[in-house]
Amino acid sequence: MGNLGANARLKLGLWLLLMPLGLWLLLLIILPHFELLIFSITDPEDGAFTFEFYFEFFTEPLYWRTFLRTAVMSILATILTLIIAFPVAFYIAKMLKGRSKGIVFAMCLIPFWVSELVRTFGWMILLRESGVISNFLQWSGLAAGPVELLYTDATIMLGLVYSSMLFMVVPLVSTLDSLDDSYIEAGYDLGGTNWNVIREIVIPHAIPGIVSGCIIVFMLSLGNYLTPVLLGGKDSLWFTEQIYTQFITRFNWEQGSAFGLLLLVLSSLIVWLGLKASGQSFTKTMG
Amino acid sequence: MIPSITQSRRFTSIYNSYLVAFFIFLAAPLIVVAVFSFNDSMFPSFPWGGFTTDWFFSNQGEKTGIFFDSELLGSIGLSAGIAVVTTVLAISVACCNAFLFERFDFPGKAFLYILTLLPLVIPGVLLGVSILVFSSEIANYFEDTWLVELEFLRPGLTLVVIGQFAFITTICTLIIAARLKKFDRTLEEAALNLGASPLMAVFTITIPYLKPAIIGAAIVSFLMSFENFNTTFMLVGSDAPLTVAMFERLREGSTPVLNAISVLLMLGSGLLALINIGMQKKS
Repeated sequence: MGNLGANARLKLGLWLLLMPLGLWLLLLIILPHFELLIFSITDPEDGAFTFEFYFEFFTEPLYWRTFLRTAVMSILATILTLIIAFPVAFYIAKMLKGRSKGIVFAMCLIPFWVSELVRTFGWMILLRESGVISNFLQWSGLAAGPVELLYTDATIMLGLVYSSMLFMVVPLVSTLDSLDDSYIEAGYDLGGTNWNVIREIVIPHAIPGIVSGCIIVFMLSLGNYLTPVLLGGKDSLWFTEQIYTQFITRFNWEQGSAFGLLLLVLSSLIVWLGLKASGQSFTKTMG
Repeated sequence: MIPSITQSRRFTSIYNSYLVAFFIFLAAPLIVVAVFSFNDSMFPSFPWGGFTTDWFFSNQGEKTGIFFDSELLGSIGLSAGIAVVTTVLAISVACCNAFLFERFDFPGKAFLYILTLLPLVIPGVLLGVSILVFSSEIANYFEDTWLVELEFLRPGLTLVVIGQFAFITTICTLIIAARLKKFDRTLEEAALNLGASPLMAVFTITIPYLKPAIIGAAIVSFLMSFENFNTTFMLVGSDAPLTVAMFERLREGSTPVLNAISVLLMLGSGLLALINIGMQKKS
């Protein structure tokens, strides 16, 4: 490269580095989703443009109800996760110092290094008719016979909240970490109650963490497959299950593509609304 | 609320019991999975039939322990192979991406960065099916036009690797770029002043500095690939990686051998997690 100028060399480096990135994004992200779009608006018989697969979605109640149900339950799961995680994140970020902080934080993280399948399996052992909680209730006399706790919407909700907890705790801890204790002290010195301080000082400071946590948890719930299928059973009616059925079981790829795009539109829309409402940028929130 | 502000005793005790309940909630499913792997019964549930290690080591009668269950052992090998290939690919591309975003300015950089982050918000199932559709279209085209059968573009292990690589690369890029951002560039300039070529400076100074982040990213990537279900499930052919094999058994209802393999997975991922946390502390 001796006879190349520094500038030309820099240019060459730029192009060499752009290549893997470009190939990856183009071949594995952009073109596949574009293909999905094409599939969803093409008639498989004659290759003509058609809206029938979207029409099918809006006219078949099972489809759009499953879609709505998935969206509503994911939003609910996100809110619940936030409420449950916030006190814990606050404790880790503000009440603990040094070594104990690291240990408690690691205690939060480690369960999530274990496969989601294993964690869901654990909930099945706890909740099923012959499971731990059912037996405990019978033993303690609170229930007369075996209790089936699996296969309800509440079980799905429990599984969703559990499996996405970490993704709420981590961003919350990192934003709360940066909140200076003296602001909280000042709030109390000025006569604020616990509630005042949380509402006026802690939550406004934590907004970036809350937004990124909520976005990730929402996306994970919406795209979750294992939890609804295993904890919700046959009637779990989750939209990703519909997509799987169309693609793999029924081999109706056109319908499946339309479903996939609808899911993508829904998730982008809600993420966009969340960012707009809180005045955050996508790059800052995710990166 | 914070240590310097005293709270009423009632508030403190409620707060503390909440935290205890939270950690029980986190640990409960993992603990029962582990406990029932030692249950001497054909099902991972009550009644408790006594303590046994058969579900790990037995090779006779109707009980097949995990170390003799060739189907599950084979799928572990398969998953490990997929994870290694995915990790090597993802780390290589992620290093390039990190240098690109930290060292270069070019038109459209902000847009490319958004695209890079995009795989994080695409549901895994969708990533799987879109790659399935796209690769099948290519394979169909080659078959119809050139009469060439491109087997690797049909559902199977290659597609699984491609699908996992598509989103794991983003995560690795973020981890490596975060460390590259903290690098003191005068060190590289010193190497250049001492007569090193730019590439030599990068390989002798910058890459060693990035090593903790690269190892960390590799651990995360390995685990994410090994444990991935959503994308993998859409792209598998006839060979089932571990998560898919476990899912099938879970649906049929399995013996506690499933608990035994879960215990091994917990030990493995716990160990990797500790290594990763320990390394982050050092750097």
